[in-house]
This record gives sequence, structure tokens and C-alpha cells, in this order.
Amino acid sequence: MKQTLIALVEDKPGVLNRIASLFRRRNFNIESLTVGHSETPGVSRMTIVTDEEELLRRNVIRSNLYKMVNVIDVHDVTETPCVVRETALIKIKADGAMRGQVMDVAEMYRARIVDVATETLIVEVTGESEKIESCIGVLEPFGILEIMRTGKIAMTRGTVMPRNGSA
Amino acid sequence: MAEIKTGAEIVWECLLREGVEVVFGYPGGAIMPTHDVLSKLEGKVHHVLTRHEQGATHAADGYARASGKVGVAMATSGPGATNMVTGLATAMMDSSPIVCITGQVSTTAIGGDAFQETDVTGVTLPVTKHNYLVTDVNDLAQTIREAFYIARTGRPGPVLIDLPKDVQNAKIEFEYPTDPIDLPGYHPPEKASDEQVAAALELINNADKPVILAGHGVLMSGAMKEVVELAEKASIPITTTLLGIGGVPASHPLNMGMMGMHGEACTNHAIQEADLLIACGMRFDDRVTGKLATYSPNSKKIHIEIDASEINKNIRVDVGIHADLGTVLRQINPGVKKQDHSAWLGKISDWQEESSERDVLLNSEGSSLLAAQAIKGIWEGTDGKAVIVSDVGQHQMLEAQYYEHEDPDTLVTSGGLGTMGFSLPAAIGASFHVKDREVWVIAGDGSIQMTITELATAVQENANIKIAIINNGYLGMVRQWQQLFFDARYVETPITSPDYVKLAEAYGLPGYRVDKREDVIPTMRKAQEHQGPVLIEFVVEQHDMVYPMVPAGADLDAMIRRPHQESEKLEL
Repeated sequence: MKQTLIALVEDKPGVLNRIASLFRRRNFNIESLTVGHSETPGVSRMTIVTDEEELLRRNVIRSNLYKMVNVIDVHDVTETPCVVRETALIKIKADGAMRGQVMDVAEMYRARIVDVATETLIVEVTGESEKIESCIGVLEPFGILEIMRTGKIAMTRGTVMPRNGSA
Repeated sequence: MAEIKTGAEIVWECLLREGVEVVFGYPGGAIMPTHDVLSKLEGKVHHVLTRHEQGATHAADGYARASGKVGVAMATSGPGATNMVTGLATAMMDSSPIVCITGQVSTTAIGGDAFQETDVTGVTLPVTKHNYLVTDVNDLAQTIREAFYIARTGRPGPVLIDLPKDVQNAKIEFEYPTDPIDLPGYHPPEKASDEQVAAALELINNADKPVILAGHGVLMSGAMKEVVELAEKASIPITTTLLGIGGVPASHPLNMGMMGMHGEACTNHAIQEADLLIACGMRFDDRVTGKLATYSPNSKKIHIEIDASEINKNIRVDVGIHADLGTVLRQINPGVKKQDHSAWLGKISDWQEESSERDVLLNSEGSSLLAAQAIKGIWEGTDGKAVIVSDVGQHQMLEAQYYEHEDPDTLVTSGGLGTMGFSLPAAIGASFHVKDREVWVIAGDGSIQMTITELATAVQENANIKIAIINNGYLGMVRQWQQLFFDARYVETPITSPDYVKLAEAYGLPGYRVDKREDVIPTMRKAQEHQGPVLIEFVVEQHDMVYPMVPAGADLDAMIRRPHQESEKLEL
């Protein structure tokens, strides 16, 4: 299983660079990293997915993150029940004749068509990574022109994540 | 009471409030407003003009290590700041608390490749504990307070503040902030949990062959007494890392000496045979462990370390305790059962005896001076009480082996980064704190030439340091590796030196040359009589080696031993 970390960080210039630089110099590999505002002003929330599976190595990554001055808290939620989502925008080559078929596929994946042009469509699909992979696979034969994926965002189910000291 | 102050004036007010008495620096365009304020601060703070910004940073580092206080260095933007990088990296690896303040081009010019502009916060990001670019003078005082707090707390380390020129010149109505420092993401750990204490005690009280690994953390945490108490209570032998030297008196019967690549053979045998390692404030550096896969294969391991990211980084441990060492030992020691471990200590003492027979000092044939003899002479001539600032190379390892340190903070050396050129500027820095002991530089002919320009600083400040140059005409440690691992191809390691006695004269300090064993102490006496810097060149045997040695990546007990004195003559 890939490691999933949720990090709360100070919303200050250069913090993303500090974190990216840490991963580079410690030779940890980032699979995806997403960042955005959290419920608290001045605090950004990151979901970081690494390719590390082994528990002790995962702890070393987490503790390296936690010791950064701008990192408020880090949780390794790899083994915690979580809602994990990713969104993809997929631009497909589809003229009038093909549109219906693409829309049928989109329907199956609860995806939405968010842009229609004479030669192309954009499909927006949200879900766990496996679902997105599958959707991309099915759309492949139509001719995919572009894909943009957000990377994973994660939130633990049920209990509210504690702040400070637990990492 | 608020008064109008410039950013530059705020810098100094903050430094003075942090108790800073000496700043090591070098002026330049982008830091000029801050240096200019010094004209109004006579008697309040002393600025030492080094001859290179690397020297300023090492000096701040040496001051910090000798004093336990935060060292401060100051430089201009661009090249001034980039010259500090080696010093920052040195301080980072050895957890030395320094604050570096660098000038930066004005905020309006940042990003435009202005004259002497470098992205200094970017460049120094991986070699600082934290760094700041201050773009608003209103944030300046709080930033400096945070910088000092971060530098000296938790696992100490270097903090850099990059200060644009317009921020130095900006005027505001200023009142020194007194709110408690609140860094939401920075919480130095305190003590161990009850479960951790119990788990550690379970291992300690049931071990037959325990060893304490005492690192730099013993000194940084001030846990000297606690470590000795633990050792004495349960009769546990101690070995130190290079930076842990002085944390336990060398003369203590349980102190086996330094571990690792050039550690005493008995320490490495003991580590490999141990059934319990108690690692106190150290980080299992590769120079300490040898090959990781075969390191101390049969031992349980307790690791007490203030930096959580060090726990399980190199060596898998059974009990990892992320907390302040002294605090943890005060929690653990009361529960430690009295034990004598006589069989284990007996075995160690057999190893020690075998080692001492191989001591290079017993090889007294011939009259040429060996580096170890020069260093042992310095130990004798200073009654073992000096603060030694050693450089990097063979002399550094020989110093660790032959200068027996009884007290903490009496060895200042670049351990983790192995920065050649560290010693002279670091000793100048240390001399601003150390007044009741002699300060001796021990450097090689290679190392000293890297920062020899700081002789001028030593003379200008009349720094009371004695500089011992161990001159073997080679980059000796590299030459040793060439002899052992590169079929004695001495590529680019023979190195010439200036005439150091004449050089000393040119710089304006007394200089002496010693090439005979019997002259070591008498020459030292002459140097000691002089108040101020003195240089002594010790011309030593060229092809001498440092033994024992664990080849890089070999098993820790696969040491190349010092040839036995009688059966195998020392190959010189």
C-alpha cells in the first residue's frame, strides 16, 4: 500500500518548496502532492502520497516532515479508514457521432461532461484512483487528447483529526 | 515605549537583547546599513572582522560550541552569503546553534538578478534548521527572536535570516515584542512516556553485555552526570562518538574511548558482541557503524534522541525514545538495578590490554617525530586541560585517540561534515568565550591552508590561540586511503606548504618549527608564555598511518590494526 500523509502546514511563502526540497534531499519519492486551504485561516492542508510501504521508513518520512518549523502536524493515514478522492479532467476526441457513446461511458462512472466542442469533449470524473484508472481505460479507444489529474486528497472517516503532538 | 528605529537598529537591539556579545562578520553593499549601526554601539558588542565569510561562520560555530550560546555571523548578499554555505552545512551536521544574518538586495530588486543577488534562502534551505527572508520591517524583531529560539532549542542548528537592504533602512515606530514565541509547528519534545521508561528498564536490567554509546547529545543536553550515573550503577562500559568526546571523562574506568572507523579496537569489538546498545544522543553515522547489515547483530537497541527523524533512520531500534536525553536518563536511572557485569568488563579489559601493546607511542625507535607524539605532547604540555579545536584528517583522529579530554566542551571539531579549514576560524571564535583555559588549534598542513587567511584575524584580535600545524607534507588521510586501497598511487596528495615560521612572521605572530620529540614541550612553553596567537609547525613523519581503521563499508570489527610493536615493525 502506498503511504498517504495528511499534513497541516503554515500558509506562508516557500513552504511548499521546503517540503518538496525535503523529499528530494532525503531521497523520498512523492507520488502525488495536493495542497489547498483548510478550515483554519493561515493553515494549508496537504495530502502527500509516497511510494514507501515499509512502516519504519514511513515513520522516518513522517518525522522528517514533522520536524520542519512550518509543519504544524502530520498524520500517516495509510492504515486509517479514509475517504480518498481524486479528480481527473479527460479531453476526448469525439465528434457528433461519438458523443452519445462517450456520454454513456461517463454515465457509468458518474462522470460529467463539462465541455463540449465540435471535435472534443471534456469528461470530469471523481473517485478513488482505481475508478479513474478504469474510466481512462474505457475512454482510451475514443482517443484521449489530454489528461489532468489532481492527485489524491484524503480525509479520515468519523473522528476529527487531532491537532499537535500526536505525530 | 515606542521609538523610531530603522531595521538595522532593530537588528542590533534584538541581538543585544539575546545576550550577544560578539558577532563575526564581513561588511558589503547589502549589509552596510546594519554594519553602520555599530558606530553607535561601542562597548556594547564586539564585531570581529574575519577575512572570509566562511571564517565568520566557523568562528560563530566555534564560539557556540565552546560556550553553549548562540553564535552570530553576518555577511553581505550574493558571494558573502554563499561563502557562508560551508559553515552553515558544518553547523547543521553537528547541531551547532548559530544565527547568520545576510544582507539581500532591496525587496523591489529581488528576482531581477541585481548586483550581488543570490537566492540565499533557496541556496541555504537544505543546510539550515530554518531560514527566513524578511520583507517587512514590522516582522523583523519577531523573526530574530524566533531564529534564536529555533537555533538553540530542540536539536540545535543554524538559522539564517536574509535581510533586504530596504528593510534595514526602513523606519518604524518600534517596541520590542515581548509576547511568548508561538510557533504552531515547532514543539521540542520533553520526556519519555512511562511505557518507554519501562521498556528501556526491562532491557537494561536484563542485559549481560550492555554498552552505552554516548554522542554529542550528552553534551548538548548537559547529561554528563546522568550518563555516568547510569554507567556506574549497572557497570556499563561507555564508548563515545567523535563529538561525544568530553561528555564522559577520558579517565573514567568505564570509558573505553571513541568508537567507529578509527575507534579503539575494544570499543568496536564490544559493540559487535553486545547484547544491548544504549544509544544516547547520537545518530549512527556511517563512520560509527561500518556496514549497517552486520552492525551489532545480536543486540537489542535503545535509542534516546531529541530528533525523531534519527530514530530508525540507519539502525532499527527496539526502544526509540524521542525526548531530551538528560530528562530521559533522570526518568530511567532510579529504576536501574545495580549490576557488576564482571565477565563482560573482564573481556573488554583483555581487548584493551591487547590494544595498548600496539600503541604507536611505544614505537620509539628513531628520532623522527610522529604526529601522535606531537599530539600527546600537546596533551602533556596543557595538562590535558586545553580546549582543542581540531581540523579534519589524520591529526583529527589522532587527537581523538591521544588527547584525553576530561571535561565537556573541550573538543571542538567538524565531525559530521568533515570540513577542512574549520579549526583556525572556529578557534578564534571559541577564544572569545574561553578565558580560563588555553585554546589550541590542531590542524594538518592541508587543512590549515584552506583558511590560513584567518591568521590575520587572529592577529588583529590578538586572539589567545596556539596553532599547532601537524605537517606531514601530504593530505595524510587521503594518502592513507591511497596506500591501503589504491595501491599506493599518491595522486594529488603530496602538498607543499609555505615556510610557516616566515609566514607567521609576515602575519605578525610568533612562529616556531619543531621536528624533534624532545623539542615539543619546550617549544610549547615558549608559545604559552605569549599572550596572543602563536604558530608552531610540527614537522612529522610523512607516511604515518592512523590505526585502527575500519575500511569504509566493512564490518565494524574488521579493523586494520596497528602493526604489533615487536613482531611487525611499523611501516614508515
